[in-house]
Amino acid sequence: MTVDPISGVSQHPVLGRSRLVVAVILIITLTVILIERLYFLQIVEHVRYRALSIENRFDLLPVPPVRGMIYDRHGEVLAENHAVYELEVVPEQVRDMAALMTWATQSLSLSERDRKKFNKRLRGRASFERILLKSGLSEEQAARFAVNQYRFPGVALRGRLRRSYPLGHVTAHVVGYVGRISDKDLDAKERSRYRGVAHIGKLGIESYYEGNLLGRIGYEQVETNAHGRVVRTLAREPAISGNHLHLTLDARLQKVVRNELVGHRGAAVVLEPHTGEILAFVSMPDYDPNLFAKGIDQVRYTALQQDPNKPLLNRALYGRYAPGSTLKPILALAGLEHTIDPRRRVKCPGFFALKEGGRVYRCWRKQGHGAVNFKEALEQSCDTYFYQLGLRLGISGISEALTTFGFGKQTGIDLASEPDGLIPTAPWKQRRYGTPWYPGDTLNASIGQGYVLSTPLQLAAATAALANRGRLVRPHLLRGVEDPETGEIRRPAEQVTEVQLGDPSQYERVIEGMIAVMHGSHGTARRAGQRLSYRIAAKTGTSQLVSLPQAGETAKDTPDHLKDHALFIAFAPAERPQVALALIIENGGSGGKIAAPIARRILDYYFVERLRRADLKESRYVRG
Amino acid sequence: MFAGRVFRFDSVLFFSTGMILFCGVFILFSASGGSTEILFHQGIRIAIAIIVMLGVAQIDPDVIRRWSPAIYLVTVLILMLVLAVGYVGKGAQRWLDLGLVRFQPAELMKLATPMMVAWLFANAPIPTSLGRLMVALTIVVIPAGLVMVQPDLGTAVMLVISAICAVVLAGIRWRHLIILTAAAAAALPFLWSQLRDYQKDRILAMLDPWSDPLGMGYHTIQAQIAIGSAGVSGKGWFSGSQSHLDFVPERSTDFIFAVFAEEFGFVGIIVLLGAYLLVTGRCMHIAYQAQDHYCRILAGALALTFFFYVFVNVGMVSGILPVVGVPLPLISYGGTSMITLMAAFGIIMGMHRRRRLMA
Repeated sequence: MTVDPISGVSQHPVLGRSRLVVAVILIITLTVILIERLYFLQIVEHVRYRALSIENRFDLLPVPPVRGMIYDRHGEVLAENHAVYELEVVPEQVRDMAALMTWATQSLSLSERDRKKFNKRLRGRASFERILLKSGLSEEQAARFAVNQYRFPGVALRGRLRRSYPLGHVTAHVVGYVGRISDKDLDAKERSRYRGVAHIGKLGIESYYEGNLLGRIGYEQVETNAHGRVVRTLAREPAISGNHLHLTLDARLQKVVRNELVGHRGAAVVLEPHTGEILAFVSMPDYDPNLFAKGIDQVRYTALQQDPNKPLLNRALYGRYAPGSTLKPILALAGLEHTIDPRRRVKCPGFFALKEGGRVYRCWRKQGHGAVNFKEALEQSCDTYFYQLGLRLGISGISEALTTFGFGKQTGIDLASEPDGLIPTAPWKQRRYGTPWYPGDTLNASIGQGYVLSTPLQLAAATAALANRGRLVRPHLLRGVEDPETGEIRRPAEQVTEVQLGDPSQYERVIEGMIAVMHGSHGTARRAGQRLSYRIAAKTGTSQLVSLPQAGETAKDTPDHLKDHALFIAFAPAERPQVALALIIENGGSGGKIAAPIARRILDYYFVERLRRADLKESRYVRG
Repeated sequence: MFAGRVFRFDSVLFFSTGMILFCGVFILFSASGGSTEILFHQGIRIAIAIIVMLGVAQIDPDVIRRWSPAIYLVTVLILMLVLAVGYVGKGAQRWLDLGLVRFQPAELMKLATPMMVAWLFANAPIPTSLGRLMVALTIVVIPAGLVMVQPDLGTAVMLVISAICAVVLAGIRWRHLIILTAAAAAALPFLWSQLRDYQKDRILAMLDPWSDPLGMGYHTIQAQIAIGSAGVSGKGWFSGSQSHLDFVPERSTDFIFAVFAEEFGFVGIIVLLGAYLLVTGRCMHIAYQAQDHYCRILAGALALTFFFYVFVNVGMVSGILPVVGVPLPLISYGGTSMITLMAAFGIIMGMHRRRRLMA
């Protein structure tokens, strides 16, 4: 050890310097470790990390198309898209969730249920995902949030288009609604067409013409930053809006018909007989389709489902009813072709027996109609006359006549899963019940009872064929498809089934009888036919749910849900029909008393009141 | 005081640090997204740092040696003051507001601690006694503890490293070194329990970042993607997608190395690490040439600490060390770290001139 002569500090240069050498070796070793690590990252694993960095940067975002609008025949909006606001939360970016909840509860009236739903979604998803906090914010609530947004990082307002139905209940059963896409709505192949699209047509026109309404989704290739925010758009393929649909419906008539049916269970279909264009399509009770478009909650959905009046059931399309006496004009026609003499009178004592002392089949009028001819039998709906007529036709003749008028098979309307209805035959009964066809079954069938089942739509289509003097048209709802870009309206491919049934001159005899129903002195709907400025051809019907009241009982004692269904078919003006309709009021009692006045008011609107309205706009639709 | 009244200057040290500073400004401009405001602030900081370096270089090392205990004691007092009335910034009490400047006393501690240790051992026979070693340990533990409470794990770790460097260079017995290492290992569980949760998470995330790729491991992984995606020549200045799209966290400060690596690639990294090695090597050379014990211990310790800064920062950014919040020396934006480092180089520069004068 040496001592520095100047500083007096002890020195040990050799040991001190050897430690410096150790230090330098340490430095070199650590540098090699660093370089090895960086070599590994940048050279060895470069390809993998480059892929990861590109994955980070680029994203393909679907751009949902705007769903096509739905209009009635005069351009009134039946379905449109409304801008609504949703509040979305990225949990990891939220500084104080409790404060956010408190504020949202007070200022946005966030309900207890909203909070529970949000917490449920919160648990199931990653913290960097956007999670819905509240949908359907009002303009005011959205503005209130926008002002306070700076206080809540990680919370964003998002505008979205929501389907809405301005007429609500009125068009529920025909236009249908859209709902959130569920797994069973789409198969794997279709899913790519729906990327970024939240809703799909579930029912009615919305579902049937889904392909037209949807449009095509577009894509945006974007560069995103670490927060998922789009920095710039690199490429863009715009979405193509869905086509607008122009329906054959007349919204005003639809409203009138619906109002007439409020308080009843029933259905009505009104159409133009020569074109098959449906003007009104109503089933009651109904529901608000906007609830479904918004996303209906379980409580309300269960309530609708369990309602004994079945508001969700589309009776006009799916309701299967015994058509009762409304079948008589068609059977009468078949009888004329079967060479019955219209002048021949049949004596009606109020009942009919197959053989002396055998089972008695009653006419609806206990005291009988006396001797009635063809026209009077239709006018008064004499069952005895039609029992005999039915026997002459036989069940094969009856079912053949009904089938040619479209019963027992789909009408071909543009609505999904239309039922067939039922026209019985002897082989059918053997298959179904294992019993032979009895003559009594034929008697029931000849007054539209027993096994015969028809939908209100089938009844309306058959009525239109009567009005057309035998020309059967396909009832339909679509009038034109509009390309939103060019504004060009295409008429759907013509699919009118035109079948000439029988000799046109024979129809006039039947229609004469149907006119007498309204205008004749004994017509079953004569009360509804008073003071008419135009002529209606019609037929009433009463479909029995239980056997006719026995002696001593009156209809008044029958409980409501067992009361007869009231039916009514009509077309007008009888000479050159412009409109045909079929109407059913469940448990309404007699067709003449309940259904006929309703039909009269509907027709009065169409022929009198509607024409008085000066403001009726000409349709946007251009006849092609 | 100003021996020989000659301007003390070392061109190798001056130009090698200058080169790093230049690289730093260059990459900071890109990392800040082209912010001239940040560039301006950093420029002022660099100017002050260079003036401090050249100024400190003119102080005679003997003066520094004599004042070492006083400087150390005053700095410890200031640290305590910070804890008492410290300005709360970034959730940690690290700053002391002096009105115009916000001053980080922990930075000064990084100079004062090795100075104090060097002073302690300069007059001692070599190898040192165990008693003196215990004193040295106390000298380190007090400020390190105060800094960790702030809490500033990075600085505390660096303080301990700088003191250990000084002790090792002073000539500790290997036996004692082993005992100390064993004691430190035994103390680890206790230290672990003292760590804040976020510090524990960072260390765990370092061990396996992909176990929690969207949580604590996220920053580490994104930094590694930035480095790895660059390749040999990098993506080019201002073209680092990871950095510019916010995937790289703290990209102007602690993680600026990831930006540099992404934009200049493996070639750029080799150049930068070469510059750091040049600075360290030059300091080690001056330490080697130094005649007195105090200068050798202090210069060696400061040079080693500087290198450890580089190692810990690059190590944490590239994922071989936990994220402890150590800036990249002379490049990261902000803080008083640059001025402290340049002051340290000033001290070493002064020693260099002194040796030449003595010879």
